Amino acid sequence: MIAVKTENLRHTYPAGRKTGPVEVLKGIDLEVETGCVFGFLGPNGSGKTTLFKILSTLLPLSNGDVSILGTDLKSEQYKVRKKIGVVFQSPSLDRKLTVRENLKHHGHLYGIRGGELQSRIEEMLVKFNLVEKGNVLAENLSGGQKRRVEIAKGLMHRPELLIMDEPSTGLDLGARRSLWNVITSLKDEGVTILLTTHLMMEAELCDRLAIIDQGRVVSTGSPDEMKKTIGGDIITIQTPDPDKFIEIYHEKFGDTPLLVNGRVRIEKERGHEFVPQIVESFPGMVTGVSYGKPTLEDVFISATGRAFVSETEEAE
Amino acid sequence: MNGWLLPAISLWQREITGFFRDRSRVIGGMVPPIIFWVFIGTGFSGTYRAGMGEGISYLHYFFPGILTLIFLFTAVFSAMSIIEDRREGFMQSVLVAPVPRFAIVAGKVMGGATLAIIQGIPFIIIGLAAGIRPEIGSLLKIVAILFGASFSLAGIGFTLAWRLNSSQGFHAVMNMFLIPMWLLSGALFPLEGLPGWLDVLVALNPLTYTIAALQQVLFEPGLLGDLPSPTLCAVVSVIFSAATFMLAVVSARKGES
Repeated sequence: MIAVKTENLRHTYPAGRKTGPVEVLKGIDLEVETGCVFGFLGPNGSGKTTLFKILSTLLPLSNGDVSILGTDLKSEQYKVRKKIGVVFQSPSLDRKLTVRENLKHHGHLYGIRGGELQSRIEEMLVKFNLVEKGNVLAENLSGGQKRRVEIAKGLMHRPELLIMDEPSTGLDLGARRSLWNVITSLKDEGVTILLTTHLMMEAELCDRLAIIDQGRVVSTGSPDEMKKTIGGDIITIQTPDPDKFIEIYHEKFGDTPLLVNGRVRIEKERGHEFVPQIVESFPGMVTGVSYGKPTLEDVFISATGRAFVSETEEAE
Repeated sequence: MNGWLLPAISLWQREITGFFRDRSRVIGGMVPPIIFWVFIGTGFSGTYRAGMGEGISYLHYFFPGILTLIFLFTAVFSAMSIIEDRREGFMQSVLVAPVPRFAIVAGKVMGGATLAIIQGIPFIIIGLAAGIRPEIGSLLKIVAILFGASFSLAGIGFTLAWRLNSSQGFHAVMNMFLIPMWLLSGALFPLEGLPGWLDVLVALNPLTYTIAALQQVLFEPGLLGDLPSPTLCAVVSVIFSAATFMLAVVSARKGES
């Protein structure tokens, strides 16, 4: 079954005072099957957050078709809202309310009350290991606990699809791990999970991915499938004069390697045998070499010709 | 009940709970108006007589004005939290829940009006202690008048907060429109002998009718000259409340399919 299907989904933010209209989604076609963890991987500004906002009904759908769990988003927004759970990147807990109160008000929004509400709240507290924190004000929770309450909130009405925006942003490694345990166990219960991320590490954990760049889907598949599309290994060369290096390389070997964040990047089968050859062919020009199997980052570079994280961002 | 009433009541309850847990808001909403009242009221008492009948001091005259100011501040500022709350806060999950927009407005506006009453009651008691003694029966009338006023002010606050995306902008609009509205309502000075163009503004100002209604409940008839009749005041209050509520709902629905 298909959980989410988008056809030619476009979105343009209207012109501001100083800027013209910005087209952030330029025709997204996607299918997400039920029962999997599906990730939208993209750098900042790729449009994935806009996509999240549209699928979660925060932004109205203006262009294209979207159906969520078989329901048309444009004509039956209300029905879609009942079926999905949403976890935001920025906190959506009321800091002045306790964990139980947060869950209670959230349940009310979905028409749940009385004994049913009570039992669901307790169920969530047990499930997310929050029983002792039930009466603690949200503002006094740790980052990982807050995120767990956010997810518990999103699941109060037992949605079939959970949409999460950058779920592990701002969490430490331990909290990230326990978050992913939660995500995996939800999947085992049959909940489809759709998440956005800009973390390679997180993308690796998804069953399927769509890499998004500049408002377009540039690649889809499982992380392994994607990595296999790259022919061979990845060799990265550090050199004081990359342009010259590329020029000479082109003369010698025929193809033109990419320049990514100031380093020369070569895709080559049996790369380990090629490394000594390069160092010998460019006497004095090579100051560093790294060699590795393709990663998702390489998939991104191959698809877009650019680094996932730009040098200036890296410096920050 | 499950359609809109439950979410609306829940949102209303959340406003009240949050308010009492935030001590700075409780004190911040109460103390400045009292200081205003005592300092300005006492300061003007000696000199300010124009248009006021005998037997009413400026301190007393100023009382309904300050009461309205408390309601104005509480009701309008209760809506201000929406600005932040919508971008990063509780309101995000409300917006993606299957809740009609007018239930959100109803919860929020009722919340603001209730908070205003909670803030206003201690001040009414202070007024009683200071010698303003309405009949017991008219206390209910006061609460009703102020509820109407704060309901509509909370509606204005909601609309502003929804359309503006910064709290600085909110303060600017507040100072540009709401404070002048309050100044021209008879809160600070009697509305007699004003130039014609101001008379028009005064007549168009909904708060004029709030103040007039309060004055008629609090003070002996005839002490303050000609005031709009209580019926007119009630009609204006109902129309103003309905209009601001509708405006808030329309704003909240914007961008919804």
